[in-house]
Amino acid sequence: MKKFILSLIAVAAVAVSAHAAPTVDEIVAKATHAAYYQGNDGKAKVTMTITDKQGRTRERAFTILRRDNSGPDGPQKFYVYFRGPADVAKTVFMVWKNTESDDDRWMYLPALDLVKRIAASDERTSFVGSHFFYEDVSGRGPAEDTHVLEEETEHYYVLKSTPKNSGAAEFDHYKSFIHKSSFLPVQIQYFDKNGENYRTYDALKVDMIDGFATVTAARMTDTRIGGNTEMHYTGVTYDKGIKEAIFSERYLRNPPRKELR
Amino acid sequence: MRNFSLFLLLLFASSEAATALAPPPLPDGLQEQEKEKKKEAPALPAGLFGAAPPSLPPGLGGTEKKDKDPADTNGWANNFGINFTGFSEMRAGLRLQSDPYEKAASIGEARLQLSFEKEFTLGTATITADALFDPVLNSHHINLETGNGWLDLREASFLMRPASFVDVKIGRQILTWGTGDLLFINDLFPKDWNAFFIGRDTEYLKAPSDAVKLALFSDAANLDVIYTPRFDTDRFIDGQRLSYFNPALGGLAGQNAVINSARPDTWFVDDEWALRLYRGIGTAEIALYFYDGFWKSPAGQNPVSGLATFPRLRTYGASIRRPLFGGIAHLEAGFYDSLDDPSGDNPFVANSEFRLLAGFERELAPELTGTFQYYQERLAHYDAYLASLPSGLPVRDKTRHVLTTRLTKLAMNQTLTWSLFVYYSPSDKDGYVRPKISYKLTDAWQADIGANLFFGAEPDTFFRQFENNTNLFTSLRYSF
Repeated sequence: MKKFILSLIAVAAVAVSAHAAPTVDEIVAKATHAAYYQGNDGKAKVTMTITDKQGRTRERAFTILRRDNSGPDGPQKFYVYFRGPADVAKTVFMVWKNTESDDDRWMYLPALDLVKRIAASDERTSFVGSHFFYEDVSGRGPAEDTHVLEEETEHYYVLKSTPKNSGAAEFDHYKSFIHKSSFLPVQIQYFDKNGENYRTYDALKVDMIDGFATVTAARMTDTRIGGNTEMHYTGVTYDKGIKEAIFSERYLRNPPRKELR
Repeated sequence: MRNFSLFLLLLFASSEAATALAPPPLPDGLQEQEKEKKKEAPALPAGLFGAAPPSLPPGLGGTEKKDKDPADTNGWANNFGINFTGFSEMRAGLRLQSDPYEKAASIGEARLQLSFEKEFTLGTATITADALFDPVLNSHHINLETGNGWLDLREASFLMRPASFVDVKIGRQILTWGTGDLLFINDLFPKDWNAFFIGRDTEYLKAPSDAVKLALFSDAANLDVIYTPRFDTDRFIDGQRLSYFNPALGGLAGQNAVINSARPDTWFVDDEWALRLYRGIGTAEIALYFYDGFWKSPAGQNPVSGLATFPRLRTYGASIRRPLFGGIAHLEAGFYDSLDDPSGDNPFVANSEFRLLAGFERELAPELTGTFQYYQERLAHYDAYLASLPSGLPVRDKTRHVLTTRLTKLAMNQTLTWSLFVYYSPSDKDGYVRPKISYKLTDAWQADIGANLFFGAEPDTFFRQFENNTNLFTSLRYSF
């Protein structure tokens, strides 16, 4: 019975979303949710291939555990366990993402048994040497930009977003193609002051996992840096009940092997 | 309430809900329809908004593109449940000046590290061992305590979680706590100062302990209790590898005057206890520390035998670390109670000391991080120390002040790291500079070049005494 009512509600919700054109803020909120907040927690095994401008490749393999704090899309905790390459294997990177203040970050270096607290950095610097920025991995705050619905195509809402504080980002504005029914950003193009598109995010593959449309392959290309980075996600699961305690010093020193498996 | 939040979630993410409850991905026929539709729809003129919209990725009605399965290319897979990693390395270094008491080569070694990890039902076993060929040292006799010889066992431990609130780690392990950056107050686990000064990788500054670590967790606070049944000393500067100031000789010394020491080494009698009580309060991390054991490097002398001694030591300390002004600030203090010299008037045992450390780290520019620290050591019974000091020996200041700076710059997609660490003591007027450049040629290969530079005004001060060890080193490491 409960399920039936839930389905009714769901159908009603779909009906509403299908018929009333969403406002820009709704699109942005749903896109943020679809990209970073599906389920209350999640796990993914990520393989990252970084190709530099000369075509040389480097790989990173890590497992991400994520848990959302209660309440609407807000603070989250991330546990990133590196599986490779060998020189960083078993290193752990932990982030408590805050929406109102700087993120809290820690690094665990197993060879030294050292739990190091890391100063917050510019969110728009490279994540582990890739073309993705920290912000691309953990999400850019929707309130940091002014969003305009520029266009509606068959499949996409096309948004133009301009930073409120233009000094805080290296781009002038970015354009996102948000898939209409899943609200997943399929492409994001970043433009400089001259209107040149120098950086592009592409969702390469989407899979339906535990009922959530999930990007399982993505690429970031950056002509300023040269080359690109592809991320492939496997073993994605949602709502497995990842405990909050995992995002603590205890599990930095003693990784949650069952959850990382 | 749960239903309500579920409802909210559904409302919020109606699309997911739809896909969750409606039949999953588009069946072939529908996908064909989408494709048909796409064919009919006129292509948007390029230029209407800069470029044509992106095609749909597979999974959103787009055509499937064959992706390589990353699991196939994952070269770090487990074999028989054993996780195996390691590296091999060549490292060479030269003194930049002649040292009458040491070899010209400061380091010259080939090292192979193998690390195995296996999970059992009861816990996780880890073994990390370094095989080492090191022609700089004259003896290749294996001594697992000092790390001398061709084998250095870094870890041989078993980690268990016997209850939800307890972790236990038994065996040889590397242990670290405290807030300092290459300065230690309440971390009284063994250090390898030789490795640090000759330019081995920083991880070798930490020498292993043979200990039992009991970690207890609760909402109120967490408690670590570490018991070392037999005292583990630092791998201290004894003259074999690095020259130092010898007060008895009144000058620099090295292999001509290797320090012979008497280590308290009776099992379960000459033992060590280290405790840490810690918790987070908001974004701050606070901790209280206690240690009962011995000075980790020689801090006294037996007047009869002349052997260097490790007098009894008990320490009490506290630390706090928290975000501040866009960076991380830390403050740590400790009292070193030299139990064999309670009033500070025994010239053969080190005086008690107060130690204090304050530091701040923040990003200065993209990919450039700076750390600044102030550190002091203050003798607790200075008047008694002065009164009892035999004439002719160098006199310590009551307070030794040290400033440190670390600058780290990442470049070339974080494959190139420039780093500089400087210790400077305004009271001793001496210092120690550690510049290093690391370049990752590939994921597996890394090349380093660096130096250890000691300078100062008086020959007997802490850093200046190592002046003749000033060296330049380079290394090439292959990780697997």
